[in-house]
Amino acid sequence: MIKKNKRYFLIFVLPTLAAFIMAFVWPFFQGIYLSFCKFVTTSNATFVGFDNYIAAFQDESFLSSFWFTVAFVIVSVVFINVFAFIIGYVLTMGIRGSNIFRTTFFMPNLIGGIVLGYIWQLIFNGILLNYGKTIVSDATFGFWGLIILMCWQQVGYMMIIYIAGFQGIPNDLYEAAKIDGASKPQLLRKITIPMMMPSITICTFLTLTNSFKLFDQNLALTNGLPGVVGATGTTVYKTQMLALNIYNTFYQNANTRGVGQAKAVMFFIIVAAIALIQLYCTRKKEVQQ
Amino acid sequence: MKKVSKLVALGLAGCLAASVCAGCGSNNASSGESKKEEAAKGKVYYLNFKPEQDEQWQSLAKAYTEETGVNVQVVTAAEGTYEQTLTSEMDKSDAPTLFQVNGPVGLTNWKDYCYDLKDSDLYKQVTSDDFVLKEGDSVYGVAYVVETYGIIYNKTLLNKYFESDFATVKSADEINSFDKLKTVAEEIQANKDALGVDGAFTSAGMDASSDWRFKTHLANMPIYYEYKDKGISSTDAIEGKYLDNYKQIWDLYINNATCDKTALASKTGTDAETEFKTGKAVFFQNGTWEYDGCKYNEDAKEGLKDEEFGMLPIYIGASGEEKQGLCTGSENYWCVNKNASEDDIKATLDFVNWCVTSDKGTKALADDMGFVIPFKAAKEATNPLVAIANQYVSDGKEPVSWNFSSIPSETWKNGVGTALTQYAAGTGDWNAVVTAFVDGWKTEYAAANK
Repeated sequence: MIKKNKRYFLIFVLPTLAAFIMAFVWPFFQGIYLSFCKFVTTSNATFVGFDNYIAAFQDESFLSSFWFTVAFVIVSVVFINVFAFIIGYVLTMGIRGSNIFRTTFFMPNLIGGIVLGYIWQLIFNGILLNYGKTIVSDATFGFWGLIILMCWQQVGYMMIIYIAGFQGIPNDLYEAAKIDGASKPQLLRKITIPMMMPSITICTFLTLTNSFKLFDQNLALTNGLPGVVGATGTTVYKTQMLALNIYNTFYQNANTRGVGQAKAVMFFIIVAAIALIQLYCTRKKEVQQ
Repeated sequence: MKKVSKLVALGLAGCLAASVCAGCGSNNASSGESKKEEAAKGKVYYLNFKPEQDEQWQSLAKAYTEETGVNVQVVTAAEGTYEQTLTSEMDKSDAPTLFQVNGPVGLTNWKDYCYDLKDSDLYKQVTSDDFVLKEGDSVYGVAYVVETYGIIYNKTLLNKYFESDFATVKSADEINSFDKLKTVAEEIQANKDALGVDGAFTSAGMDASSDWRFKTHLANMPIYYEYKDKGISSTDAIEGKYLDNYKQIWDLYINNATCDKTALASKTGTDAETEFKTGKAVFFQNGTWEYDGCKYNEDAKEGLKDEEFGMLPIYIGASGEEKQGLCTGSENYWCVNKNASEDDIKATLDFVNWCVTSDKGTKALADDMGFVIPFKAAKEATNPLVAIANQYVSDGKEPVSWNFSSIPSETWKNGVGTALTQYAAGTGDWNAVVTAFVDGWKTEYAAANK
């Protein structure tokens, strides 16, 4: 029977495989190729070697947006996961109305990033205007604005994953530990967290990559503003994250499309490397039941 | 039994495969019927730059299809995203056959895609070579609309000011210099309650929907005077001789507006338009294209009647500005995609020629879209702002040319815009504007022309 089914392997795999190749593998390799080219439209490119990579490294805005992104990722990963963990924990304690809370917390996830960005821009500006400021007056406002926005959007989603994790911990483990005289903090540290490691792995992976690749919210909320004019007259935008920086580079002029592409390839390598390291580290801590 | 399940499996797999293919092919499927016609006559795909005239283009395209049977598709890019939309559309196999560039700088990106229009009927219809993008003998772009901007004002409100006791200026004709404009604006601002307005100027919003009025159109003024002094039309390095004047007019805008200057960063184009058409502000820096947005609307019972529109030149305090007129020029050039099939190119050339020569076409461009078109068969536009612009020219005022098409890049405009915003909000100083303007120009010019 198994042998027979194997004959149909290709027929079942082919559609998905074809879609995957067309929509992912091919564009991916074309993208790498384009990062070595000068082009206006992608079908009409001339090879220029490493020029684009050199230009990308000379661009001070690239480095500045890299550090802004790193700071944002660290803070948002910690905040989102801590809040999601706490809310997930509270909502599995069996308080009344848990389901309503879960649904409500999850809802922000259903709204698109651009819309969220503009909504929060209105909210922040509504508050800040009382003090004669706007969200783009100060890079600090933009930074924390983005953090608040991302927490609001992502906490609900991560909470669902944590809730599933909490519900998967067998009760007898807690009972056995209590009989042995474990205190509440000990229960959390020695049982809950180790048993939750698979959920934590997934959630940190998702928040890490999502935060790194953040684009819509960044574009809509601050669009990189405020900026500082450098000595050469080039403006470096203070709340511009990597994805937005790449986008802006791409459309700067006819010579910069390839530079944007080169930045995008480096961006991919950075995100992939960090995500794999994170997966390796958290996986090691997972325990077998 | 086994056979049945095999069949089902095959069918399911087939369905999956079909749905994958359908996803890619749906674009062509919908126009299957018109395919036959296209094969014979070619088709037109126009990527339009002006969102405010989208509806009118759609109906003009429909009228053309009804008359000739040639399929004309008009797609309008969202405001501020034309370059992005064009880049992705040009990559498709069904690329636009007709697209736009905004001037010589925009042309450098797309020159390799432009069909040489020197033998086209369209080029023969143009009234002057001032309205084409020419390199050597080749004609790459033809302007299809000439527009004018300045400081639009509400005549009713301004007259109310002239009749007041506190007014030291008594008629619009007297406003012929920056100092006069400043006096009027500041007196209106000081007595805004008596006049029933929120401010002299509409909010100089620096949101993306409005900031082009200042980082591009207002920035044209110092560029214009510097070019004029030097007798040039583009440069690789701007000196910034008139930046003090730029500061002067920007200060006037932000200090005498409907809102506090710290709030400008978040104000939009619609905010300013609403303030103007509801009579909350007297002055509004904008152009002839804004007529549609501000004219009297029966349903909403707001807006300005045709005779209430007035327009002043943007005075910045340069010497000899009494003779200065409004800013007139074009940043809308039609280009034909040379990579399109021969049939499509021909269809496109026929279409644009029809637009500027036929009765229906010229009428739609003049009346529905309110355009002044630089072609021989042009009809007079009904737009009152256009009439005002013509009046300035016949009064012997010197029109200010649109030199912002020589600005090296969008990045330059954004840099200046950001610096202006921060200066207005008090978080940045004017030196940043100067650096972004002068040094930024040099850097961006070098980057775009290496």
